[in-house]
Amino acid sequence: MFGRLTWNAIPFGEPIPMIAAAIVILTILGVSTLVLVKGWFPYLWREWITSVDHKRIGVMYCALALVMLLRGFSDAILMRSQQALAFQSGGYLTPEHYDQIFSAHGTIMIFFVAMTFMVGLMNFVLPLQLGVRDVAFPTFNSVGFWLTASGVLLINISLVVGSFARTGWLPYPPLSELKFSPDVGVDYYLWGIQISGVGTLISGINLLTTILKMRAPGMNYTRMPMFCWTALAANLLIVAAFPILTATLAMLTLDRYLGFHFFTNDGGGNMMMFMNLIWAWGHPEVYILILPAFGVFSEIISTFSGKPLFGYRSMVIATMAICILSFMVWLHHFFTMGAGADVNAFFGLMTMIIAVPTGVKVFNWLFTMFGGSVRFEPPMLWALSFMVTFVIGGMTGVLLAVPPADFVLHNSLFLVAHFHNVVIGGVLFGAFAGYTYWFPKAFGFKLDRAWGVRAFWFWTIGFYVAFMPLYFLGLEGMTRRMQHYDVPGWQPWLIVAAGGAFLILLGIVCQIVQIYVSIRDREALADTTGDPWDGRTLEWITTSPPPAYNFAVLPDVTGLEVYWDTKQSVLKEGTMPDAPDYEAIEMPRNSPTGVVTAFFATVTGFAMIWHIWWMVVVGLIGAFATFVVFAWRDKMEYEIGRDEVVRIETDVRSQRAERLRQRVETA
Amino acid sequence: MTDAVSEAPGRDPYRIGRGEESKAPGRGSGGPASKRIVVGFGFWVFLLSDIVMFSAIFAAFAVLRNATDGGPTGKELFDLQNVAVETMLLLLSSFTCGLAGLALAKKSQLWFQAAMAATFVLGAAFLTLEVIEFASMTMAGAGPSRSAFLSAFFMLVGCHGIHVFCGLLWLLTSMAQVWFKGFTPSMGRRYLCFSLFWHALDIIWVAVFTVVYLLGVI
Repeated sequence: MFGRLTWNAIPFGEPIPMIAAAIVILTILGVSTLVLVKGWFPYLWREWITSVDHKRIGVMYCALALVMLLRGFSDAILMRSQQALAFQSGGYLTPEHYDQIFSAHGTIMIFFVAMTFMVGLMNFVLPLQLGVRDVAFPTFNSVGFWLTASGVLLINISLVVGSFARTGWLPYPPLSELKFSPDVGVDYYLWGIQISGVGTLISGINLLTTILKMRAPGMNYTRMPMFCWTALAANLLIVAAFPILTATLAMLTLDRYLGFHFFTNDGGGNMMMFMNLIWAWGHPEVYILILPAFGVFSEIISTFSGKPLFGYRSMVIATMAICILSFMVWLHHFFTMGAGADVNAFFGLMTMIIAVPTGVKVFNWLFTMFGGSVRFEPPMLWALSFMVTFVIGGMTGVLLAVPPADFVLHNSLFLVAHFHNVVIGGVLFGAFAGYTYWFPKAFGFKLDRAWGVRAFWFWTIGFYVAFMPLYFLGLEGMTRRMQHYDVPGWQPWLIVAAGGAFLILLGIVCQIVQIYVSIRDREALADTTGDPWDGRTLEWITTSPPPAYNFAVLPDVTGLEVYWDTKQSVLKEGTMPDAPDYEAIEMPRNSPTGVVTAFFATVTGFAMIWHIWWMVVVGLIGAFATFVVFAWRDKMEYEIGRDEVVRIETDVRSQRAERLRQRVETA
Repeated sequence: MTDAVSEAPGRDPYRIGRGEESKAPGRGSGGPASKRIVVGFGFWVFLLSDIVMFSAIFAAFAVLRNATDGGPTGKELFDLQNVAVETMLLLLSSFTCGLAGLALAKKSQLWFQAAMAATFVLGAAFLTLEVIEFASMTMAGAGPSRSAFLSAFFMLVGCHGIHVFCGLLWLLTSMAQVWFKGFTPSMGRRYLCFSLFWHALDIIWVAVFTVVYLLGVI
């Protein structure tokens, strides 16, 4: 009846997962009780869960990423404290458990924090920057989000029911094959990532179509803000790379479920094919993460320096060059495969070449700041810290690109330090910068500055304290993923690194306090102008938060920085431009399709993991039925009447006129 | 609206000497594209991503095609006659799928249903032949777990087969929708996507036919 699922699947004897699970379950129960008692559920269902508004979906992506950051970070704290203690002793985590923790940490941080955060920012910002009302496929957008949430759910269920993979964040065969990982851990990984991967692909198709086909009148490619360009490159990569992941994981799934021989030791299987395929996805993946972050920093550095972005065209070319080059370097993840000197030399050189467009970007940011009047608001602080940190991480990357050096350093803590250096210093700082920068646009009030600055310092210093020691440990020969060790010289470094992790913990605490304080003081922090940072791109032309339709009239784009230009001419002339003619606006209707699809996807995935075949059939039929029901509906849009639009916009205009009058008077 | 572009040519420093900007919707300066273009374009992007997925599987097949582990080779297993019939069925089904498009343009319920039904029958016949081929190979001890070559074969051809199966489900849904709701604009867009999908499966099949079967028997 329930396949492999029995009561033994729940690890009653292990205190750490049980306590963690109890806390999570109690939190979920507490929140749901609160929601039900307060009668918030209809509101949540109507305004958020079934919403197809890109702003709401973007916010939900970012919220999901922040929650998963807590989960991924608690894994990190466990690992760092285990290694600080485990000199000639077992520490407090068994190898079984420790292996699950580092696998879950990597999986969650890449797929459900970095990826999810970037997709969330792109979802929220792109239509606003492009000057349009929604994305190309609003309902699919919701499906994409909920499938990501479904993957999150499956990965987290593995904490209580069964176990997670013990293979690392990429399930390398033959270890991940049935013979060596017979339990459900790898299956949780496969189905969780497969389902959320489909969600990512849907989101990629949606955003790519949005950028290429849905832009405000006059917005040529060379008038798109830099974030739109980097998002274009990232979504091209999603569309071109994620199908490879789907195929590769499907092969491993077939190996495990139906006795295929893609990557097995016997039957002619070829495990190195897995490495090639997974990194043909995996290397573009790191650029899927970092390119949107580059875009965030471009926007922020330009805004807070009060200058247009330096070298816009070279920035575009550099972005697209990285987009293409990212597909030509995958082999540098396994120079030790033994492909020979010629092949290794080619991939080493290609890897080094990527540093060139990246360097172009760094110089462009520096020249953007040069001669500007830089304002050190929290988003800009993150950007500054990024520039220093990322350059260090990039240089250690170029070092690892030299095949002979890689032979010595591969699989060591040097590598771990390198990729945390670029992923934390680049992607995560980019996510935090974007989160602080666009938060007032999403919610109508700024995040508290003091707590933001504190979080910034704890994170930055904590990062260096936590990861610089790992470079030295790597050079001294400490390999990654060690549950315990016998070299006395390593322990002091590991204790320092653990201290760094606790500094980062303080940074996260500051961020939580920041949210609390900002909500408490939302009146004082309110952004009534819609343009809290003196911005330059179109998202700041509308109110904070924007109305459902974003723009009552699509903006007429006459230049790269059309909002900045308009703002300057209005301030100079001291009069508002004439009110445009408003019309009724059609917006996509809400739909529960996304959440229902994700429900059936979760059911199917869970049933597959535990071999509950009847439930698989139920899940698939349910998913198909959802598709038919969605296809059957007649009304896909609702109309916001002209009167309503006029009412909202007149109000906004009168407030703006008032502010302009005051400003003219004081000047 | 878009005249502002030509009125103020000096304001935008980033015009890369392309002369007149295109004013078509969805390109250049013409504003958002129509729903039909957006849907069609998005579906093209999906198809491209699907083809990338097939490329990965083709690559795996190319790597493993000689990894027979002492088991049967393609030369011993493949029946080109069967494959020829399959190919004909699939190509014919694309023809009838095109006829359905003509019927849709003429808003002829009868012809649309007839052409779609013919497409379904041809597609289902293709799938039946494929299932029979798979079953007979497995019975003869040449199932997917026999060797890495056969794993790759079953996955590649089977993945195409699953696509055909999903296409058939989609086709039935479309028939029912047109039957009950008539030729609405959204049906037009969906048919456009369906026919793109169906033709893309032909393209994949041509590659399967060449890479797996023809090269396999040489």
